Amino acid sequence: MNSTLPKWADIILIPLLNLALALLIAGLVVVFIGEDPLRALQLIIQGAFAPWGIGFTLYYTTNFIFTGLAVAVAFHARLFNIGGEGQAAIAGVGVALVCLAFDWPHWSIALLAAMLGGMLFGAGWAAIPAYLHAKRGSHIVITTIMFNLIAASLINFLLVGPMQAPGMAPESSSFPAGASLPTLHDMLAVIGVAFDKNAPVNVSLFIALAACVLVWLLVWKSRLGFELRALGHSEKAAVYAGISPLRITMIAMLISGALAGLLAINTVMGEAERLVLDAVQGAGFVGIAVALMGRNHPLGVLLAAFLFGILYQGGSELAFEMPGISREMIVVIQGLVIMFTGSLENLVRMPVTRLFTRLKRRPI
Amino acid sequence: MEFLTILQLLDSATRLSAPLLLACLAGLYSERAGIFDIGLEGKMLAGAFVAAAMAATAALPVDQGGWGMTWGAAWVGLFFGILMSVVLSLVHGLASITLQGNQLISGVAINFFAAGTTVLVGQNWFHMGGQTPQLKGHARFESITLPGAEQLGDVPVIGPVYEQLISGHNLLVYVALAMVPLTWWILNRTRFGLHLRAAGENPAAVDTAGINVIRLRYSAVIICGILCGVAGAYLSLGTSAAGFLKDMTAGKGFIALAALIFAKWRPVPALGACFLFGLLDAIANKYQSLDIGLFVVPVQFMQALPYILTVVILAGFVGKAIPPKAGGEPYVKER
Amino acid sequence: MVVSTSTDAGRPETAAPTPPAIQLNGISKAFGPVQANKNISMTVAKGSIHGIVGENGAGKSTLMSILYGFYKADAGEVFINGNKVNITDSHAAIAAGIGMVHQHFMLVEPFTVLENVVMGAEDGRLLKPSLNKARATLKQLAEDYELDVDPDAIVGELSVGFQQRVEILKALYRQADILILDEPTGVLTPAEADHLFRILRNLKAQGKTIILITHKLREIMDATDSVSVMRRGQMTETIATNTTSPEDLAEKMVGRRVLLEVTKTPANPGDVVLEISGLNVVDSQGVKKLKDINLTLRAGEILGVAGVAGNGQSELLEVLGGIRAATSGVVKMLGEAIDTSPKANAGKRRARGIGHIPEDRHRRGLVMNFMAWENAALGYHNKPEFKGRFGLHNQRAMREDARGKIERFDIRPPNENLKASNFSGGNQQKIVVAREIEANPDVLLIGQPTRGVDIGAIEFIHQQIIHLRDAGKAILLVSVELDEIQSLSDRIVVMFDGVIQGERLPENTDERELGLMMAGAIKETAP
Repeated sequence: MNSTLPKWADIILIPLLNLALALLIAGLVVVFIGEDPLRALQLIIQGAFAPWGIGFTLYYTTNFIFTGLAVAVAFHARLFNIGGEGQAAIAGVGVALVCLAFDWPHWSIALLAAMLGGMLFGAGWAAIPAYLHAKRGSHIVITTIMFNLIAASLINFLLVGPMQAPGMAPESSSFPAGASLPTLHDMLAVIGVAFDKNAPVNVSLFIALAACVLVWLLVWKSRLGFELRALGHSEKAAVYAGISPLRITMIAMLISGALAGLLAINTVMGEAERLVLDAVQGAGFVGIAVALMGRNHPLGVLLAAFLFGILYQGGSELAFEMPGISREMIVVIQGLVIMFTGSLENLVRMPVTRLFTRLKRRPI
Repeated sequence: MEFLTILQLLDSATRLSAPLLLACLAGLYSERAGIFDIGLEGKMLAGAFVAAAMAATAALPVDQGGWGMTWGAAWVGLFFGILMSVVLSLVHGLASITLQGNQLISGVAINFFAAGTTVLVGQNWFHMGGQTPQLKGHARFESITLPGAEQLGDVPVIGPVYEQLISGHNLLVYVALAMVPLTWWILNRTRFGLHLRAAGENPAAVDTAGINVIRLRYSAVIICGILCGVAGAYLSLGTSAAGFLKDMTAGKGFIALAALIFAKWRPVPALGACFLFGLLDAIANKYQSLDIGLFVVPVQFMQALPYILTVVILAGFVGKAIPPKAGGEPYVKER
Repeated sequence: MVVSTSTDAGRPETAAPTPPAIQLNGISKAFGPVQANKNISMTVAKGSIHGIVGENGAGKSTLMSILYGFYKADAGEVFINGNKVNITDSHAAIAAGIGMVHQHFMLVEPFTVLENVVMGAEDGRLLKPSLNKARATLKQLAEDYELDVDPDAIVGELSVGFQQRVEILKALYRQADILILDEPTGVLTPAEADHLFRILRNLKAQGKTIILITHKLREIMDATDSVSVMRRGQMTETIATNTTSPEDLAEKMVGRRVLLEVTKTPANPGDVVLEISGLNVVDSQGVKKLKDINLTLRAGEILGVAGVAGNGQSELLEVLGGIRAATSGVVKMLGEAIDTSPKANAGKRRARGIGHIPEDRHRRGLVMNFMAWENAALGYHNKPEFKGRFGLHNQRAMREDARGKIERFDIRPPNENLKASNFSGGNQQKIVVAREIEANPDVLLIGQPTRGVDIGAIEFIHQQIIHLRDAGKAILLVSVELDEIQSLSDRIVVMFDGVIQGERLPENTDERELGLMMAGAIKETAP
């Protein structure tokens, strides 16, 4: 498509406008249920950036970076991976199995092993929908949604059955002390900087940041990335170029599932330190909004993930102060962001493009 | 297995397949016209909520803030449920047709939006954690006994079949069943149906024939909204749930899609496909955990069975399904 | 810009002057910054066949789209039979008696012929009465114009020639007096084309007016009474056909002398490079696309494969290029067998030294969203020269390579960072040609090398192909343009219905014979 838009307008202006629209509608919903949207916004920002809140904001951001990257990588191969929720959930099983397997001497070793376990399980859960899509033409959107639902049943089964800790609660045993990850507080304390002790943000944050860099290198600088993008743009051209659609689809989805799986490091290993029901708490779905908002670019994903982190943490505060606004508000905003950055994108893009074309044509 | 038990299962299956059938036919209209819709789930959910909320409000006495209706509250609910679903359809239509956006993303967005808004608004409206109050009497669609059911009840074989299986459903079930031949007739015997089918195969041909593709596709999308609204209203007003529960659609919108693909986008096979899923659901409900001798099938597996079957169907192990040729692609006039 | 109106051309001898069927005054249309039609004036006499020629992008289709109501002109007036009309949409065009037969058929393939004819012209909401009426009308039209088609046939199962008849019937059903045909013979065999022109002459005899858009100059000479030339959005001339010639028209189209013939020295074929024996391909619908094909290709020769599109040539290229699996048969390169099973892929072909310029550059040859430098490496992106460390690409080397190609092949604009979609058709093709030729293959497969390419680039590409041959490479050239086949090939084979009908040397055959072979009328047993 011939882009008459300058690059900054394409990457920054339009996403910002889309976001503004989404927030506007969200504000209207807030008004509809009888609350003050501006005060709500204020509470959100306060809750997100307060000393006792910023840690949580970063914790959520970490989650969304992983799931956002997962969706973004798959998107480059034109695969719509809605299964991040299920993949992250099953990865939790992998992480739990690894952590519970030995009495880990040091967290760094446990971390590496758990990362492998999480990525393996996450990728594995993405493998079947990927294969069916590439080989049988089964629409990956529907199959991944189904796998999300199947995952929930499976984990339910595991946590009241084979993996259940002694007692009545549907959860696994707690992980050994050797598998306990240092929180940001712990890490900063080493260099003498104070930080909120209660915040669950941990070393996974840095893994997430590293993942952003690696994804960037992968998609735009590597040979695999070339093939991924080629397939995403045109399957016929990819086949002509000797690229195997099956192979690249599988690889893209396995990487995607693995990235979603890393979320379990942050939540299951870093925070809960045991496996519980619904450990993902909708983060997989937020990843879709994050990827769309971030235009499938790691930097955009990072920023969008941070934004949603703010919304999540600020939203908790908000729910506290304004009982009318529950957790579901985030889901609503999620839906609106996906709508405005995804399907209704041209609502903003078309007029802005027209405006720029008209400005360009102005005689000197 | 006893005859009566089979009958009960089939009866149950019919009831469980009705919302699937309505949603499936909704998707049929939309997809045959070329607009992919994975937002059936969200539209059903939103429709279910609004129908329950409005029915409850309509039936509530005036001094408690309601409309004080003494009859027909269910119809009020149905009307508003349909309205809500059509509004969401129009958003999908705007995104897919006018703005030529990604239809899959639009569907996903609508699903999230509906999931969140229904609970959010419900909580603020009724303060019951997202539920709506229990619906009773005229705020629900109750079973209709067809004429002669009681009298025929004692006749061997035909009697019970008529009394249990055919009679005794609520109105919306009969509506769902009637939609099958109606849809077949509209698609194959009317001008509108011809144009609709053409729009899903070659919209450029429709355009050059002087037919307004945009208007045609919006019509399809609106019909889809209406049927999804009825499906949603059925869930909250016609089942024993008697009200709205959070996430009550539980994936039915996606199962309806799988049924649509299984039925190769045709109305009569759609009936069979939806009935199959309904039967599965009925079996899972009745036999919570199956003891098949070697081991006990856990209840979670029975719960996941419809989803697993959906994947199996999509994997094409039951035949190759070719969608409408122009499906999922916005129609842009070629230069 | 000379506009000479010769309304005398083709008008039957009558006493009173009839108003021209079509008169256009000052039609202009712009799409954004692109001026597709600039101040066009044209007159077409009633009951004549009028041709419009021009290169790709000259504005012919836009002009006709305005006549058919698909687009609205920015300025100008349209007169039909002397009356001013305002054609706002296709309804208005139909009401004015204009019918259009598009280049890419506007048919709904799963529908029957009747349903296609009736769609949009029904009487009332229910289908049955409309279908019955159409059935009767079609019968009449078949008798009047030799346009018989089975009304209950599924359009998707008809041959291309018959599908075109359905398009014409659609227009006649709506009582068109003026028929516009856009590149009608591109997909027809010479015999089918002959039949089409017979139908057109029947229509003309009944007083219908016909506009023929084509780039085939020979057709203009044979079939039209008058012709207009369009160049870069303007109508440069309108003249009587009997006052011009193909060379004259070509020059008017481009604005300079054009070499319609390619100069080449005789071939000097070497050893056999490619040997194809008993090649069979059955497609996913179970249709036999290639039936027992035997071919040999030598170094230093161009083997031209002639034939109407859809007779197996695409499948032949795809199997040789590694994009499609063969059902059975053996392909040997330099004596060693090539894998034609489903496990084969194009990468392996390139490794063996087989290059491929595909028929469809938009969907196969290029990734339109990739930049020129990325496209210049497409298919060769795993070359050792392009390898960086840890699985990365050496993008600097790739860019440099692209810049070199751009310079050597005069690709414009010379910017390797532009997306492929921003280049013109000719330059896009040059990227593909540059890439495949500079990979130095031993065998080069070429499909429709000059489709949608302007005349200047055509000459360049033809020269490149000849150079490659002279360097001792083996070339398999597939083209639906007989002129191209005849001028470039050292040997010609003709394909029809998946079978090679025969082999000829260009100097020993002519268009008539080739045309007959393309229609399956002459078949020889394999040598």
